[in-house]
Amino acid sequence: MSAFLEVKNLSVAFPTEDGVVQAVDSLSFSVEKGKTLGIVGESGSGKSVTSLAILGLQKGSRAKVSGQIWVDGNEIVAASESEVRKLRGKAMSMIFQDALAALHPYYTVGHQIAEAYLVHNDVSKKAAMARAVEMLDRVGIPEPHKRVNDFPHQFSGGMRQRAMIAMALSCNPSLLIADEPTTALDVTVQAQILELLRDLQKEFGTAIILITHDLGVVAETADDILLMYAGKQIEYGTVRDVLQVPQHPYAWGLLTSIPRLTGDPNLALTAIQGAPPSLISVPSGCAFHPRCTYVDNVGAACSTLIPELIPVSEGKHHSVRCHMSAKVREQLFTSQVAPHL
Amino acid sequence: MLKYTFRRIISGTLVLGIVSAIVFAIFYILPSDPARLACGKSCTPDLVARIQVALELDQPLPIQYGRFIKGIFVGRTYLGNTDASRECGAPCLGYSYQTDLPVTELLLDRLPATLSIAVGASILWLLIGLSSGIISALRRGTWIDRTSQGFALAAASLQIYFVGLILQFIFVDKLAWLPMPGYTSPFDYPMDWAKQMVLPWVTLAFLLSAIYSRLTRSGMIETMGEDFVRTARAKGLSSRDINLKHVLRAAMTPIVTVFGLDLGSLLGGAVITEYVFNIPGLGKLSTEAVTNLDLPVVTGTVLFAAFFIITANIVVDLLYSVLDPKVRLT
Repeated sequence: MSAFLEVKNLSVAFPTEDGVVQAVDSLSFSVEKGKTLGIVGESGSGKSVTSLAILGLQKGSRAKVSGQIWVDGNEIVAASESEVRKLRGKAMSMIFQDALAALHPYYTVGHQIAEAYLVHNDVSKKAAMARAVEMLDRVGIPEPHKRVNDFPHQFSGGMRQRAMIAMALSCNPSLLIADEPTTALDVTVQAQILELLRDLQKEFGTAIILITHDLGVVAETADDILLMYAGKQIEYGTVRDVLQVPQHPYAWGLLTSIPRLTGDPNLALTAIQGAPPSLISVPSGCAFHPRCTYVDNVGAACSTLIPELIPVSEGKHHSVRCHMSAKVREQLFTSQVAPHL
Repeated sequence: MLKYTFRRIISGTLVLGIVSAIVFAIFYILPSDPARLACGKSCTPDLVARIQVALELDQPLPIQYGRFIKGIFVGRTYLGNTDASRECGAPCLGYSYQTDLPVTELLLDRLPATLSIAVGASILWLLIGLSSGIISALRRGTWIDRTSQGFALAAASLQIYFVGLILQFIFVDKLAWLPMPGYTSPFDYPMDWAKQMVLPWVTLAFLLSAIYSRLTRSGMIETMGEDFVRTARAKGLSSRDINLKHVLRAAMTPIVTVFGLDLGSLLGGAVITEYVFNIPGLGKLSTEAVTNLDLPVVTGTVLFAAFFIITANIVVDLLYSVLDPKVRLT
């Protein structure tokens, strides 16, 4: 049996005047109903582009999308705009990062939620409005029957994000993509929003893709982690595996750079040297090699060969793109990385 | 909202007062003698002196201005230069030196022709400008877009007197499809009115629809890149709903602003259009008045035009608060 969402070899490229930008390169993953996949990576690593590709939102643009995306048995990449349109909002929907920009400034919050419901349900406008009130109530907006007539700018940041969630969930989608849903929010509101997503997932059995650059958020909410770097997945596995025995030097860097409450307060924070690459001139071989401290363990291959995505051990759902052998990685991790975690 | 409107009306009235003071002052800086102008051909120094008294030109400037303002609000009485005094009811803007008719009457007489041009042309240019702009934006980069925008650029660069005369030459003189442009009351002869108005409408719309087309196109293209349009797509809306309800709705606000101001200034007189087609509107009245140094009429037309522009400004600002819920009038 295949998963609810199955992405196979997804690539997205944008032709620009300066050359082709390979935003996403041969990405493969799957999400089951009721499970959460966290996609983690720096800005420009291809997280958002991936989510837009799943919704088929690059259709009609210059982006070149290849590979396969199966949502509940429907293939998205080759499908026509009108076929995908029927799935958008209903089978799959999305929560965008900046809710203020993502909501239309001239329509009331209620109108925008009702609109999403009306597209896929043959009901009266009044019934759709009632649904909007119900959804606002569900996501924890106080006095929803009043606030339904407010405009987005009259909502606070957290409320706007809740309204976005209400809109995305109005048609009970089976797949919800949340693109950095908590980035602009303060920590308490962030926790509330994540809690809300978890509750709704429990209730409806929704499959969730959580896009974030916050490992803490992923650790708390996700079942699986997909780590992206320069458009490629470099490590993929369960949260437990990836966070406890991370395999990729980039994952090591990310984890050791998190400040600890228990450590020596005078110690400088560790950082990954260098900066993420431009997608127009991605480094040859392993895109991470110019920033990798462990290149010496491999030699020339790092800068010439793109490492394959290989399972960490036989039959395990934990894979990594690294030239170092599993044995070397294990040694390095125990001797150099683990003490800093 | 009510308070805001009230305040805007007060400040608008103040602006009108300033405009009137400036126009009034310019008159008397001009090296011409109004009494001499009003006197006519068979003039004697004695008559000029009598007219000066009758027009109160012997009084100091501030007193003259004060009486002028009083005339607008409560009316005034002029001493006749020859016979009995004349009662000029409010709003009194004085009498034309040329025709000796009350300026207020002249203005109201010319208003319908200007109103006909402005309203008819604006409907036409909105229809053409918006639809071609929308199509261009939706078909960006195609030959339809390039043709219509090239046409718009050419149209915007042409002048009314050029386009107007060419059209008149073709459709009136050569083909004889249309009568000579002019003005008849639409209430008495609606068909004649429409036929005579076609050329002025088309000429004005030709120029202005080009501007509106470009404005609509760029506004829509800019809005298409907004996050909320992506949200609308993600909801599963049809492209028709996205373009009309989400994109156009957001692109509309600046167009409404420009339209209000264009219509306002046009109501003050479509000067060139009226002059080219010889239509007795406010614009023609003001050009005639300037040529003849008919100072009361010049003041009248300037104030009238200022009134329309100020009113249009207030209406646009009020509309803004309706169109954009983020705008709060305080």
